[in-house]
Amino acid sequence: MQVQIATLRRILRDCRTVAIVGLSADWHRPSNFVGKYLQQHGYRIVPVNPRYDSILGERCHASLEDIPHAVDMVDVFRRTEDVLPIARSAVAIGAKCLWQQIGVINVEADALVRAAGLDSVMDRCVKIEHARLFGGLHWAGVNTRVISARRPT
Amino acid sequence: MADHVFKPETLAIHAGQIPDAATGARALPIYQTSSFVFDSADHAASLFNLQTFGNVYSRLSNPTVAALEERIAALEGGRAGLASASGMAAEAMALMTILQHGDHVVAAGALYGGSVSMLSVNLAKFGITTTFVDATRPEAFAAAIRPNTRAVFAESLGNPSLVLLDVAAVADVAHAHGLPLVIDNTVPSPYLCNPIALGADIVVHSATKYLAGHGTTLGGVMVESGKFPWDNGKFPGMTEPSPGYHGVKFYETFGDFGFCMRARMETLRVYGAALSPMNAWLILQGVETLPLRMERHSRNALAVAQFLEQHSRVEWVNYPGLPAHPQHPLVAKQMRALDGAPMASGLLAFGVLGGTAAGVKFIESAQFMSHLVNIGDTRTLISHPATTTHRQLGEAQQRAAGVLPDMVRISVGLEHIDDILWDIDQALHKTET
Repeated sequence: MQVQIATLRRILRDCRTVAIVGLSADWHRPSNFVGKYLQQHGYRIVPVNPRYDSILGERCHASLEDIPHAVDMVDVFRRTEDVLPIARSAVAIGAKCLWQQIGVINVEADALVRAAGLDSVMDRCVKIEHARLFGGLHWAGVNTRVISARRPT
Repeated sequence: MADHVFKPETLAIHAGQIPDAATGARALPIYQTSSFVFDSADHAASLFNLQTFGNVYSRLSNPTVAALEERIAALEGGRAGLASASGMAAEAMALMTILQHGDHVVAAGALYGGSVSMLSVNLAKFGITTTFVDATRPEAFAAAIRPNTRAVFAESLGNPSLVLLDVAAVADVAHAHGLPLVIDNTVPSPYLCNPIALGADIVVHSATKYLAGHGTTLGGVMVESGKFPWDNGKFPGMTEPSPGYHGVKFYETFGDFGFCMRARMETLRVYGAALSPMNAWLILQGVETLPLRMERHSRNALAVAQFLEQHSRVEWVNYPGLPAHPQHPLVAKQMRALDGAPMASGLLAFGVLGGTAAGVKFIESAQFMSHLVNIGDTRTLISHPATTTHRQLGEAQQRAAGVLPDMVRISVGLEHIDDILWDIDQALHKTET
């Protein structure tokens, strides 16, 4: 499903605290690339992975419910079949957006969070979409599909 | 509601370039700098690790060059682009990223002479072999595929053979064997033909030709579709940790633009055939008017072809835009139409009555048509391929590439059609003696 550029911009502007479920501590894994990138672009990341104490300098939590503060976005690096309980937790903790990464496409979870009033994105990468819409990806020669007569903001 | 889909005329002007973030400049600034500063040691490390996107050194990326890369990717309907110093460099970057020692290529026989040399001589030096096949027979591509074949290469519209490839049929053959189809789309330009929409996986261009369009500037671009499954087991260089870039797995990390990232970080970075920012800017000036120019080039070439068909000093005419051309139905299927007739670029070939000597006499008798070996200029250009671009090939190889001894190639320019026909006519009459 195509999410509009305007919707993605709003999500990426409004969601400043991002819980990353399945974040790896291994620097060359894609999830670690995303976490590092988001930190460098002013986001607070909250690692969710029972296997570690801390990742990228942030305390790691075993589950979304263990996070002692508000979370705006839940970004999911898990297999499609494991997403539904994460979606329920995202609703329970009051997150504004459930974001399923590239290759993660749980339509049931998508419908569940939408019904609860959350934004939902599937089969996309937070880092790539941020870089596409707010600059950066353009320098890698990628077709961003951004056509505009305004400066990037 | 989906995002608005922009047409090629708009993409040719806007894609890849929004007003400059720092200055608000509306036209594209020329970032004539070799290098870019790091904000901190951590920023530098993230850039080298590819964890964040940014510019380090203009051999890898440059903001002016990036505008060209994105614009051509947009015009081709692809996911990402990578520019290089020439069209030959674009082709080399694409093929050298896919291929390694022991691999095999199936290529169309009717190719630009430089491409034939790259495949049959230069890549062969590194243990990569090529089988050339008849570009008009998709089944010939299928028959030539071996267990070690890793790419299929052809031109959408052959230069100077003017043989049209059935891109969809050959893409089906390549994909049935898990192979990417690489198409040189230089002659139609992305305005007249989009090979990716027909199934191609990678498109390469000599931007020197119609994209730049004014005979001033060398450059090349490759574009990837973003649709090829590089994890099908045949391309470990895309899926395994890169020994050339500290263990990055390009397909896993960058997904549908992983091929261009690997070509940039492994191939372009090491071989160094980067495009200069100044040249990227000049090419982009041309691209802005590409749709207008391709219409006029095609309309003028059709008028020239029809004139030559009727001329008493002409033996034969080859122009895919002529309704009588044997591949005309395929032309109509693959090429953009103007007023109901498919456009076929400004490139045509013909034989002067009297053979090679008469052809040479024709070329030497032209008044303003220029005798040189480029194509896609505003000026009308004429050449004799057998004694110029394809001189390095033997006669058998020349015939396989579609070059006949008496062939004159014309790249029809943007001068007034009456003047072009006048110059052709007076030069043809000088061949009568």
